[in-house]
Amino acid sequence: MEINGVPIDETYAEAFTMHASRVLITAFSKQWALEAARSMAGFGTSVIGCGCEVGIEGVEPEQTPDDRPGVNVLLFAPSKKAVQEHLIKRIGQSVMTSPTSACYNDLEAEDRLSVGGKLRFFGDGYQISKRLEPPIVGNGNRARRFWRIPVMDGEFVVEDRFGVQKAVAGGNFLLLGNELPDALQAAERAVEAMRKVNGVIMPFPGGIVRSGSKVGSRYKFLNASTNTAFCPSLRRQVQSELPDGVAAVLEIVIDGLTAEAVAEAMRVGIRAACGPGIVKVSAGNYGGKLGKHQFHLHQLLAN
Amino acid sequence: MPPVTLRLKEPLTGVPLEAESISPDLFADRSREEIEALPVAWGNEAHRLGDFFQVDGERSEEIEVEGPIGRVKWVGSAMTRGRIVVHGDVGMHAGSYMRGGEILIEGNAADFLGVEMEGGLIHVKGNAGHRAGAAYRGSKYGMRGGIILIEGNVAHEVGAYMRRGLIVITGNAEDFLGARMAAGTICLFGQAGLRTGGGMQKGTIVCMRPVELLPTFAYDCTYAPVFLRILFKGLKHLGVQTPPGATDGSWRRYHGDLADVGKGEILIPA
Repeated sequence: MEINGVPIDETYAEAFTMHASRVLITAFSKQWALEAARSMAGFGTSVIGCGCEVGIEGVEPEQTPDDRPGVNVLLFAPSKKAVQEHLIKRIGQSVMTSPTSACYNDLEAEDRLSVGGKLRFFGDGYQISKRLEPPIVGNGNRARRFWRIPVMDGEFVVEDRFGVQKAVAGGNFLLLGNELPDALQAAERAVEAMRKVNGVIMPFPGGIVRSGSKVGSRYKFLNASTNTAFCPSLRRQVQSELPDGVAAVLEIVIDGLTAEAVAEAMRVGIRAACGPGIVKVSAGNYGGKLGKHQFHLHQLLAN
Repeated sequence: MPPVTLRLKEPLTGVPLEAESISPDLFADRSREEIEALPVAWGNEAHRLGDFFQVDGERSEEIEVEGPIGRVKWVGSAMTRGRIVVHGDVGMHAGSYMRGGEILIEGNAADFLGVEMEGGLIHVKGNAGHRAGAAYRGSKYGMRGGIILIEGNVAHEVGAYMRRGLIVITGNAEDFLGARMAAGTICLFGQAGLRTGGGMQKGTIVCMRPVELLPTFAYDCTYAPVFLRILFKGLKHLGVQTPPGATDGSWRRYHGDLADVGKGEILIPA
């Protein structure tokens, strides 16, 4: 299979089930909502080293509970408990601290985690609970509870509970380029297109990762190490996956609320990336032994 | 299913009728004959609902009452689902102990509207009497959830001992609005009477107009609480428009009643 003259490897991306929440951050201005969101998403690239994967959704919320500018952040972690722990830490340290911010649940799910209900204690007894019923919060049959925590610029409003659901993390594809600038430009095109897909994040810097990893290492204390098969400098030292003419490989990792969202993001991303300077598009997997989800590139792109 | 319609056979005078049985919970699974056989009390006499009302329809969670029924008490009391529409006035205790569903009253509501309700929505297009959303004498707490929207004026002690929920009054309120409130929110668009929030422990009273406060309320600051933006946006879903500038404006915050716990707040436009 080829797209715009670029061969697509007959392989698949292997992805895993994780749990995810969607957080809506609002503020006095778009700039300050983004400041809080960027801070919350900081150091949230890979569950391996960060404990969770966090990113700002490209699709902006159509409306917000307080009618102020808002930004959605998706957080993925291995378990519901881990999601709750990271939400409490990141909202507490990155959102509550950001001037004028407020923080709401933006994921309707059966399971809900107490987040504002824990952060409220920061109010030192002066926090105020406000429970609004469905007719005015438009939330199906569920009331919503908000905590008003007094802070130095007024009050920080945070929702009591945040929805959590099973999600998919680790969707990916690899762009094998003639030169590094070619691969980088292609990856940038891909990320720009993928940000228009609802319910996905690309958690690495700028959505792109250059240090793809493989499972295991020669060192006992390390359970992941550099993806030697795709490192150009190791082409003659290891069993390389790189065809001749490839000088740089960049990977895009996708986490999504659903497998369909990840598949859609991969589809639009690969189509946008295929162009001059790209030798081949491939994907990372572990032989199908580790991840529940497999995204076969040819199947994705045939649709 | 089409709604069950109730029409008074004769206008009620003198002794009021106590009709807790006018409730969607009781109508939903009953035939017309069974609905007519539901018990009501007229003074110390036990009667059938059909003795006073002409009943049309059956097995419905929606009830339409051709009013006025200002002398019929306890309409929708303790209901948990469905909808009651009263085309006219309604008597005392309408929607008391209500837990869900909706009551629309197109006329006025008498005293004790929605007292100690726990959920659902009561919408009154006219005025409401004393102690709407409050507690019965001797109870610790009043309204514990739900929403009461009154488009007209209200009398004394509305929201007294309120524990949770929302009362919205687009007209004026007489004295002791939110007295002894334990929590919850009251939003008053018109003029408040005397001793607003007297003895309140926690909770929020939003007064859209200047109000004479008790000396046991202390001024804190002038600011723009984000919560009010959420509340006012929610009110739009109920068809209530807030005055221009209310959402983006600043509010003077007072806390009290310092003669009690003192963690209540009264918000007034700056």
